Parts: sequence; structure tokens; C-alpha cells
Amino acid sequence: MAIGEAAGLKLGKATRDAFGAALKDLGNEFPSVVTVDGDVGNSTRTEVFAKAFPNRGFNVGIAESNMVGVAGGLAAAGKIPVVSSFAAFLLCNAFDQIRMSIAYPGMNVKLVGSHAGISIGEDGASQMGIEDVGLACSMPGFTVIVPADAASARKATRAMLEHVGPVYLRCGRIELPEIYTADSPFVIGKANTVKEGNDVTIIANGLMVGIALDAAAALAKTGVQARVLDMHTVKPLDEAAIIKAATETGRIVVAEEHLMAGGLGSAVATVVARTKPVPMEFVNVGDCYAESGDPLGLLQKYGLTAEAIVAAVTKVRSR
Amino acid sequence: MVADVNKQTLDQLKDTAKAIRRLIIKITTEAGSGHPSSSLSAVEVVTALYFGGFLRHNIQNPRDPKRDRFILSKGHAVPVLYSALCQAGYYTFEQIMTLRKLGSPFEGHPNMKRLDTMEASTGSLGQGLSLGVGHALACRLDGLDAHTYVMMGDGEMGEGQVWEAMASAEKYKLQNLTAIVDQNGFQQTGATKDVLDMKPFASKFEAFGWHAQVINGNKMEEVIAALAHAKTVTDRPTAIISQTQKGFGILPILETAGDLNYHGKPLPKDLAEKALALLS
Repeated sequence: MAIGEAAGLKLGKATRDAFGAALKDLGNEFPSVVTVDGDVGNSTRTEVFAKAFPNRGFNVGIAESNMVGVAGGLAAAGKIPVVSSFAAFLLCNAFDQIRMSIAYPGMNVKLVGSHAGISIGEDGASQMGIEDVGLACSMPGFTVIVPADAASARKATRAMLEHVGPVYLRCGRIELPEIYTADSPFVIGKANTVKEGNDVTIIANGLMVGIALDAAAALAKTGVQARVLDMHTVKPLDEAAIIKAATETGRIVVAEEHLMAGGLGSAVATVVARTKPVPMEFVNVGDCYAESGDPLGLLQKYGLTAEAIVAAVTKVRSR
Repeated sequence: MVADVNKQTLDQLKDTAKAIRRLIIKITTEAGSGHPSSSLSAVEVVTALYFGGFLRHNIQNPRDPKRDRFILSKGHAVPVLYSALCQAGYYTFEQIMTLRKLGSPFEGHPNMKRLDTMEASTGSLGQGLSLGVGHALACRLDGLDAHTYVMMGDGEMGEGQVWEAMASAEKYKLQNLTAIVDQNGFQQTGATKDVLDMKPFASKFEAFGWHAQVINGNKMEEVIAALAHAKTVTDRPTAIISQTQKGFGILPILETAGDLNYHGKPLPKDLAEKALALLS
């Protein structure tokens, strides 16, 4: 069954495609934007921009450290560089360059990691960014966004260009269900309630929002009304929405396509522990690397499914 | 408004270099830590840039888009930069004497967030040349004739990112970029030739499509000539391999101390006094 099918959602574009199209559309409105690529612009979709604005697209080759440094220099000279690569290569390969040339001096650079999560499929674990959100969140001053569908990825692209300061935008490879319309709100740091409910809250982002809606549909059949929050911004986190969920529903499950360590679950748990402690469960990749395979098969094998969320809800409600 | 650059005579430049050396000794001894020997090797190049008419800078507006840029990639040598900026009137002696003290913006390594005269926050080696490539690309996009200079250490050349940056500068034929390797021959634990010998530098730069010059970087005449010649290269990035001596200017003191590397430590007060006498 496709993601979002149980919730009655229609399959739309991948977030990377929406980002690429949006960036091109915003090119004239944001004349300072330039792209810096590590020779995967046709995968990350920045090539759409670079083709439309050839003198503003720089492909520096398979050299992520230099790619990030060049972006730091461009930003220091007043440009708004959008730097993209696979999430794994961008965050993991060039982490110290991001720290020194972007985070520490607070440069206005936008990092876009595509091919995030295990759902990239057949290319296998070396290409899967599952540490990226934790790494990005660890740096002071960074804003970290994980959009759930094409419409929100499009809005996130504008929002990150309007925001002054370093941003990490996480995109995925596969097509995702349409959760939002062009009129839906998208504000950095403000969670969207995509389904109301008061028995339990499922906090998710990225691809897991569609899966959470599938889980909520299944739960509704058993009489459990789950609230589903799209926590698209992991940093800064919408603490008010979390406190409200903890207060009103008393139980929280966090679902994300990321390692257990350092991701959305860790961030939400920190807020819950500090403000309104309630039982929590977590659905994520855990503490392992995945493998090659088809995307849906991988999500099944590594427990990123509606069934896994339903099981987590059952468990958290029994505590 | 870009200030008229004070084109000093050679003798004046040598006097200025001496004054900068004295400041380096004073502020690092006062701080009780830092890298005076790594700073001293680079004095002639920094002096020529700031006082010899090569680096167009604007004391009224240090971030003037039209300025030339100097990125100190070997950030641990920042005492040379603070001292040169003090000598140029950007900061008072009292200000730079707060080097490395809690609350002071004159940190152990350059912090561009706290000082608008710092073009980059450096200190993790190998990253300055990439930043320079970014500056050079942005200046070209904006139609500015600003030139970007990046100074690296010879030990720093062990970092792979330097070579990535070198290749990308050649790709974009960045004639507005000059890399300066302050080849003082030493790094933290010993002689660079023993730790990781990346020589020869000039032929490697040339193999990457750069123009390269090799000079005695502690001879003001040679530094001036090389910087002037670099400006005449208009079709590719240029490199200056500046062969220097770590601790140049106070070498007899370091010899007496029995440590010609003298890495990452200030002169104690008695040696500092002797050094200052030598530089008077």
C-alpha cells in the first residue's frame, strides 16, 4: 500500500522536485541567490535553477568541503548561497566546514540535503542521510526544516530564503502524498495540526507525516482519535504546540525517518521532560544502518510504517 | 570612500614591519599564550599588503564592498593581523593588549562576528582558500575589481580541502585571487618536511593551472615585487610561495631558548624584553 493511501491521500511530487522548481521560480525575486553544487545538481534539482540562471550556478565538483567553504565566502560577500548535495555527503562530509564557515560566523547560507532517510532505496546505506537532522540541530543558530510534501517544500524554500541566517532544508527522493494545498500555511517554527484528536498525539515530519495520517486512519477505526502534528521545523521547535499536545492528549509518539539519536524525537523529548512530562514512544530508524532495497520494502523492514506507529500508540496508551 | 593607501617607502615599510613585530611580542607575552613565532614569519607579507599599497582597505567602513580582502587561513597567526591593524590605526595598543582575555573581541583565532576587520572566522586549518574562492566569485558577479588574498601555512597544505579549492579557483580562472603560502618550515610537532612534506609547492600550484612565484618572504623587496607581479597576471589565480623563517626577527632569542620552532607559546617576560631590544 502506498504512503497516504489509507488516509485517502493522492500521491504527489517528491520534496526535492518541489524545492528545485520553487528555487527557480524565486530566482528573479531573490537576485542574490546563487547555487553551489557538488556535481549532483541533477539529483538535488538545483540544476533547474542553474539552467535558468547560468551565471549564478556554481558546480565545484565532487568536493563537498570546498563547496561549503565557497558558499561561506559568497555569503560573506553578500550572496545567498543555496548549497545542495545528498544529505549524507553535505552534513557528514563537510560538517567541520559547515561549523567553521557557516554556523560559527552565522552566515546566511541555505543547505539543502536531498536523498535523506532510508527511503532513497536501492543505492543503499552509504547514500542515506539518517544523521543529518541531528548534526544540523547541534549547531548554534541553525534553523532545520523537514517538509512533509511538495506543497510545504515549495513554501519552505521561500521561507528559508526570506529567513536571514543558516538553514538546513531536508528533502527526499521519492514521491509523497499531497497533504497540503497551495493555500496551506507554512511558518518556520510553527507546527501544523494536520489531524485533530485528543486521545494521543503523533508528532512527525517529512515522509512520516503521511504515514502518521495512515496510522491515524487505522486508529480511528478502533475508536482512537489521534492528533497528528507536522513538526516541519525541528529547530527552533514549536514548544507551545508540544506542551498543548502533552496537556490535552497526555500521550505522545514521535515518528521520523532518522536515527533515534539527535533527531525530532530527542528534541521533542527534551521539551516534554522540561515542561509537561507524559509517556512517550518513538518510531524511527533506531541505532543502525539500513541497506539496499525498494523504498517501501525498506520502510517496512526498518519499522517506519503505519503499523509501527499504531503499535507505538497502543503501547504509549497502556502506560 | 576608499581611503588613499599610504604607499610607504621601502625603509618605512621595514620600520613598520619592526613595529608590528614588537607589537606581536608584547601582546602575546601579555596574553600568556598564543603563536608569536607563527605570526613573526608572516610580518613582511602582511606589512606589504596593508602599508605597501596592495590591499585597498577602508578604515571608515571595513566591510566596504569595494575593498580588497585578506583572509588569514592560518588563523593562529592572528597576532600579526591585530598588530598590523593597530599600526594602521584601526585599534589602539590598549585594545589589542586584551588579546585572548575573557570578553575581548581579540580572540585567539579570528572571529569575524566580533571584529569587522576579520574577513573570516578561521582556526580550523585548510578552509580559508575556499572562502577566498567564494569572495572572488561574488566580486566577479558584482562587477567589482576587488582582489582577494588568502594566507595559508605550509603545514596547512596537508589539508585536502586546500587542493579542492585550488582546483575550483582554476576552473573559474579567478584572476582576482592570490594564495600566499607562508612556508616557515615548521608545524606543531616539528619540521614540516618531517611531518608531512607537501613540497614542492610552486610546481603543484602550476600543475593546478595557477601562476606561481617563489620568494624569500622575509625580504621586503621580494615581497613587494611578487605582490606587484601577481597583479599583472590577468588570466588565472596566482600563488606566492613565501619562504620564511618561523620567528623571523628574533631568531637569536629562539636559538638561545634552544627551540627554533617555538610553536604556540609566548616569550616569557625576560625573553620578551631581549626580543624587544633586538627589534628596537
